[in-house]
Amino acid sequence: MREIEILEPGASALIQDLGRPGHAHLGVPPSGALDVPALRLANRLVGNPEDRAGIESVLGGLALRARASCTVAVTGPAVRVRAGDREIGSHVPVHLAAGQVLRIGGPDTGLRCYLAVSGGIDVPPELGSRSRDVLSEIGPPPLRAGDVLPLGTPHGVPAGADTVAPPKLADRLEVPALLGPRDDWFDHAAEQLAAEWTVAAESNRVGLRLEGPALRRTERRRDTELPSEGVLTGAIQVPPSGRPVVFLADHPTTGGYPVIGVVPERSLPALGQARPGTRVRFHPSM
Amino acid sequence: MRWRRYGTDAVLLECESLEQMAAARATIASASLPDLVELVPGARSVLIAARPGSKALDEVRALVEAADLSRPPAADPREITLDVRYDGDDLDEIARTAGIGVDEVVELHTGAEYTVAFTGFAPGFGYLTGLPEPLRQPRLENPRTRVPAGSVGIAGEFTGVYPRSSPGGWRLLGRTGAVLFDPRDDRPALLAPGDRVRFRSVS
Repeated sequence: MREIEILEPGASALIQDLGRPGHAHLGVPPSGALDVPALRLANRLVGNPEDRAGIESVLGGLALRARASCTVAVTGPAVRVRAGDREIGSHVPVHLAAGQVLRIGGPDTGLRCYLAVSGGIDVPPELGSRSRDVLSEIGPPPLRAGDVLPLGTPHGVPAGADTVAPPKLADRLEVPALLGPRDDWFDHAAEQLAAEWTVAAESNRVGLRLEGPALRRTERRRDTELPSEGVLTGAIQVPPSGRPVVFLADHPTTGGYPVIGVVPERSLPALGQARPGTRVRFHPSM
Repeated sequence: MRWRRYGTDAVLLECESLEQMAAARATIASASLPDLVELVPGARSVLIAARPGSKALDEVRALVEAADLSRPPAADPREITLDVRYDGDDLDEIARTAGIGVDEVVELHTGAEYTVAFTGFAPGFGYLTGLPEPLRQPRLENPRTRVPAGSVGIAGEFTGVYPRSSPGGWRLLGRTGAVLFDPRDDRPALLAPGDRVRFRSVS
């Protein structure tokens, strides 16, 4: 049986694939990799279909041993990767012989590295996905030292480019936001939202918490309660504190606070890579 | 009703009442549109997310606007009976607040038929409507840090069952042994929007 063994998980190592959308009506979040293009790329580099499960590693520090011959690739921010005593770098497919150890260093920028293995990580799926959902605690538990993970059958030879330039991750993000559905709950919603925000340390896979000037509701809506309504990934929800939260993949499926605007899907990977302290400027539009 | 934009590929249909919401949800669900990604009912709204680039949102709008929401499509709802041991920590207070005896609280709660209006809070947590008036009571002022799995509670116009142990502010009537959510099951959630639910008292 093809397997890998986790030697050190680092700060956080979670199994992630493209998630389990389509279950929100049962109260189940979509989950899945926060930086979807990075996971897809890692899978392509090792010859997998893009939807195979890999490991989402926060701030590196992940070490694992191959218990069978396999191909691996690490994507996301540029990061040091060692296979045995070879420095190999990220964004490149690497062959590991049985027994060889792979170590991912800490990225200089960004937050989440993605490791794909040929065949994909083949733990039992839950609701059609192998993603760990930290809010609902669905899917495989966070990885710990000593965990042994089964791999699926490799599909073929690694395809595509041998190396890919890693993305540049900025410490200042410009993020489009479509106003609504509840922008009319706020005084001059566009103007207020366009302030400069800072990513707070309490951010996680549920949401990116932002610090900055508290968003003010209109006089009419000051003490109004919103009946629970559905929410989606990318929704900018404003709790009573006035400090917005951008919902990420493990967000609750319904919420009782107004959503002032929605970040389009293409901007979510950058938010998933934003470290605490990153500046965020929204560009609201109708 | 009002259509509110929700990003590039979704729309929030704001409804006048819970009944209208349920009718709109049933109307959309019964069409089984292939390009719908999510159909999420709320207390007064339905959130509809479509595959990017598809025409599904236009189809939904046409469907809802053509429908007679006072007569939602005749669905064949699932009927679920949950056995409950009515010995909850708040039973006495619920009776006091309602101005009735504990036995009458149980009679009222088991005598009604409920409908799963929407879900949220946790996987498999259904907000059930149909609660008799005397049992419509506010949440606890001080939510509990831990409510055991299977606890049956009431809050406002809803009754519901905690699928797993969690913090919670609903007033607790009792407990059921039913499994509300199992992510490994083919039917992971026992309760889905539109389902009919009854409670049966067991000792």
